[in-house]
Amino acid sequence: MTTTIEAPALERHAAPYRLGRADGLATGHGEAGPASKRVVVAFGFWIFLLSDIVMFSAFFAAHAVLQTATDGGPTGRDLFNPTRVAIETACLLASSFTCGLSALATDARNHVWTQAALLVTGLLGLAFLSLEAQEFAAMIASGAGPERSAFLSSFFALVGLHGAHVSVGLLWLGTMMAQLFVKGFEPVIYRLICFNLYWHVLDIIWVAIFTVVYLIGEGR
Amino acid sequence: MNLFGNLSWDALPWNSPLPLIAGAVVIALCVAVAAWVVLAGHLPYLWREWITSVDHKRIGVMYIALGLVMMLRGFADAILMRSQQAVAFRAEGYLPPEHFDQIFSSHGTIMIFFGAMPLTLGLMNFVIPLQLGMRDVAFPTWNSTGFWLTATGALLVNISLVVGVFSRAGWLPYPPLSELQFSPDVGVDYYLWALLISGVGTLVTGINFVTTILKMRAPGMGYLRMPMFCWTALASSLLIVAAFPILTATLLMLTLDRYLGFHFFTTAGGGNMMMFINLIWAWGHPEVYILVLPAFGVFSEVISTFSGKPLFGYRSMVAATLGICIISFLVWLHHFFTMGAGGTVNAAFGIATSVIAVVTGVKVFNWLFTMYGGRIRFETPMLWSLGFIVTFVIGGMTGVLLAVPPADFLLHNSLFLVAHFHNTIIGGVVFGVFAGIAYWFPKAFGFRLQEGWGVAAFWLTLAAFYAVFVPLYMLGLLGMPRRMQHYDMEMWRPWVLAAMIGVVLFGAAMICQVIQLVVSIRRRDLLRDETGDPWNGRSLEWATSSPPPQFNFAVTPNVAGEEPYWEIERRVIASRQNESGYEAIPMPRNTATGFVTGFFATITGFAMVWHIWWLAILGLVAAYAVFVWYAWRDVSEEEIPAEEVARIDQIHRKRRADRLARHSDAGESA
Repeated sequence: MTTTIEAPALERHAAPYRLGRADGLATGHGEAGPASKRVVVAFGFWIFLLSDIVMFSAFFAAHAVLQTATDGGPTGRDLFNPTRVAIETACLLASSFTCGLSALATDARNHVWTQAALLVTGLLGLAFLSLEAQEFAAMIASGAGPERSAFLSSFFALVGLHGAHVSVGLLWLGTMMAQLFVKGFEPVIYRLICFNLYWHVLDIIWVAIFTVVYLIGEGR
Repeated sequence: MNLFGNLSWDALPWNSPLPLIAGAVVIALCVAVAAWVVLAGHLPYLWREWITSVDHKRIGVMYIALGLVMMLRGFADAILMRSQQAVAFRAEGYLPPEHFDQIFSSHGTIMIFFGAMPLTLGLMNFVIPLQLGMRDVAFPTWNSTGFWLTATGALLVNISLVVGVFSRAGWLPYPPLSELQFSPDVGVDYYLWALLISGVGTLVTGINFVTTILKMRAPGMGYLRMPMFCWTALASSLLIVAAFPILTATLLMLTLDRYLGFHFFTTAGGGNMMMFINLIWAWGHPEVYILVLPAFGVFSEVISTFSGKPLFGYRSMVAATLGICIISFLVWLHHFFTMGAGGTVNAAFGIATSVIAVVTGVKVFNWLFTMYGGRIRFETPMLWSLGFIVTFVIGGMTGVLLAVPPADFLLHNSLFLVAHFHNTIIGGVVFGVFAGIAYWFPKAFGFRLQEGWGVAAFWLTLAAFYAVFVPLYMLGLLGMPRRMQHYDMEMWRPWVLAAMIGVVLFGAAMICQVIQLVVSIRRRDLLRDETGDPWNGRSLEWATSSPPPQFNFAVTPNVAGEEPYWEIERRVIASRQNESGYEAIPMPRNTATGFVTGFFATITGFAMVWHIWWLAILGLVAAYAVFVWYAWRDVSEEEIPAEEVARIDQIHRKRRADRLARHSDAGESA
C-alpha cells in the first residue's frame, strides 16, 4: 500500500567504517536511492517540528530575559496555582499515552480502538485547554493580564503559544477522525504518524514550560 | 464599531501626488495585463499550466519572475533615494522626511525578502531535483503554497504604496520606534503581516528542500557525489529551518506589542528593546548566508563548467560550506557592537566573524585553482562569476574591517556599512543569480540568452556597482550617516553626485537585461538548444532535454559506480542508449490549494492591518476550509503512461542524435 520505490541492488562491498546498515541498501541514505513515501513524510514532519521547537525557544529566551521584569506587579509566586498546573500536566501526559495507544491500534488496523484512543486523546487535550483558559481568565480578571508587565507579556505569549498549538492539534485531530470514519485508514495513515509526533513534541515543550515557567517562576 | 475597521478613504494618498500617480500607473498596468490575458484567451492556459502547477520547474520560474519584478520595484526606490540626496544639499529636496523614510524602509524590505529571496529560492527549486535525478520535490503542493505565500507578502507591501503607508522604521523595525507609541499608523503593520505570511512560505520551502535533498536522491547519488550547488542549497535550507522561526517569533512579539498591548520591547512595563535587536539578528545574520550560499553554489558550477575542469578541492568546498552554515549562527552580535556588551563579548564575536572570512577564503582559492590551467570560455555566466570574485573579495575585506569592534564603533550606522553590505549582496547574491539565470535559462526554456546584450549588461552592472558604492565607502569614511533625508556638508556633495551617476548606469544595465530577454525570445530559433547540454556541462541536469519533460527523466538515472562526480552526466547518457524498458510514471496532480491559500492569506493580512476583525476571521475559516478540502481529495497523483514517456524520450533522443550528427566534425567530445 505504500508506494515504495525500491532501491536497485548494489554490489555489496563491505565497508567496515560505514555506520548503520553495512549493505548500504537502506533507501534514503547514501547511494541507495530515494526513500519510501512514509519515510519522506515523517522525515519532513520532523524537520517542521524542529523548526517549531526553534520558534518556541525564542519565546523561552524572551521569558528567561523578562521573568523578573515585573514592573512592580505580581510575580509568579503570587499568581501560579501549583495544583491546577499539576492537573494540567497530568491531562497532557495521559493524552500522550493514549495517543501512543492509538498508534498501536493503527498498526493493527483496528478502527474502533484507533477512534476510541484518539477520542480520549482529544478529550484530555480539551480538559487541558479549559484549565488553561480558566487560569488565563482568572489572571486577567485580577488585573494580571499581559499588558500589566513584561513578565506577564512573555508568560501569556509562551504559554498561550503552546495552548494555540494544542488547539490547532485538536482541530486537526477532529478532522482526521472524521476522515478516518468516512474513508478508512488509507488516506490518513501518514497523517496519523505525523499527529503522533506533533502531540508528543507538544508534551515535551510542556515539560519545559512546567520547569522554566512554573517551577522556576514559583521560586522567584 | 466600523465595518471596515480603520480603513477609510483617507487611506489613499490624496495629498502626495507622487505615490498617487505611481500607484495609478501600476494599477493601470496590472489591469491592462489582466485584461490582455483574459481577452486573448490565455487564462485557462495560465491557470492550468502555471498558477495551479506543482511542477518544481514552473514554480522555480515563477519565483524568479516575482524576484525580478520586485527587484525593479526596489530599484525604483533606490533611484528615488539617490536622486533625493543628490538635490537635498542645503535644501529639502523633493521627498519629505516621512516619505523618504518609507522609501528606504521599503527598498530594504523588498530587495531582501521579495527580490533576493525569491530569486535564490527559484534557482534552488528549478535546479535541485534535476541535479539529483528526481521527478519532483518531496512535497510539491507545499512547494506551490510556499510560493504563493511569498507572493502574498510581496503583494501586501505593494498595496501599502496606495492604501495607507509603509513602515518608516527601516528594513528591520527596531523598537521603540516601531512600537505603537511612536509609529501609530499602519506602516509597521503592513511590514509585520507581509513578513509573517511570507516567512511561513519560506520556512515551508526550506523544510521541503532539506527533505528533498536528504531523502530523495537518485540511486548512486551519495553525498560526496552531489553537485556543489546542491550542497550549498542544503546548507541554505538548513539555515532557513533554523533561522526563520526566530524571525517569525520576534515579529509575533512585536505584533503582540502593537495589537494587544504586550510589553516585550516597549519603553514602559519592563520591556527590553535590546532583546529585539538580539533576536532579529539571530535570524538576520544567518539570513545573509541563506542568500549567498546558493550563489556560491552557482559560481562553483559555472566556474567548473566554463573552465572545462572539475571543481578544485570539492571536499574542502563541502567542508567550507557547512562551516559557514554553523559559524553564521555565532556572529549575530557584530551587528550591534555599540550595544555595550563589553570588551570580552565584543572580542569573541569579532573573532568569530573574522573566522567566517577564513572559511570563505577557502572557497575563493578553490575557484581560482579551478580556473588555473583550465580552458576558460568567457561567456556571460563566467563573466558574472569573475566579476563576483573580484567584487566579493573587496566586500569581504571591508567586512573584516567592520568585524574589528573599535573600527566598528567609528563606522557603525554610516554609509560605509551600507556600501559593505551592498558590496556583498550585489557582488555576491545578485551576480550569482544573474550567472545562474544565464547558465540555466537554456535548460528552462530550450534556448540560450543572446550573448551580446548579456555581456553589455554585465559590464554596465559592474561599472555601475563601483560607481555607486565606492563613493558610498568614501562618504562613510567622511562620516556621513545612513538614511539622511538632507545634509549640508560641503565635502560630501561630490561623492553623492558620483553615486547618482552610478545609479544611472545601473538603469542602463537593467535596460540591457530587458532588451536581452526580448531579443533572445525573438531569435529563439537561432539560439535553440537541441542537445540538452549547451555548455558542455557534466552534472545530471544536462543529461535530460531542454526544456525537460514534466517528469524530468524518462527513467530514473542510476549514477552508482566508481566514476567521479565529473563524469556523472556522460555515464547516464551512455547507459541510456539501449533503453527500451519505459514504465508509467506517477506524477503529483496540479492543485489550486497554494493559490487559494495565498488568496485568503492576502485577505487575512490586509484585514489585520486595518483591524477589520470579521474579515480576518473569515479568512482564517476559509483557510481551514481549504485545508479540509485538500485533505479530502481522493486522487493525488496521475499516471503518465509508458508509451507517452517513450514517445517524449524518443523525440529528445532523435533531436540530440540529429544535432550531434550535423556537428560530428565539430568534435562534440564525449
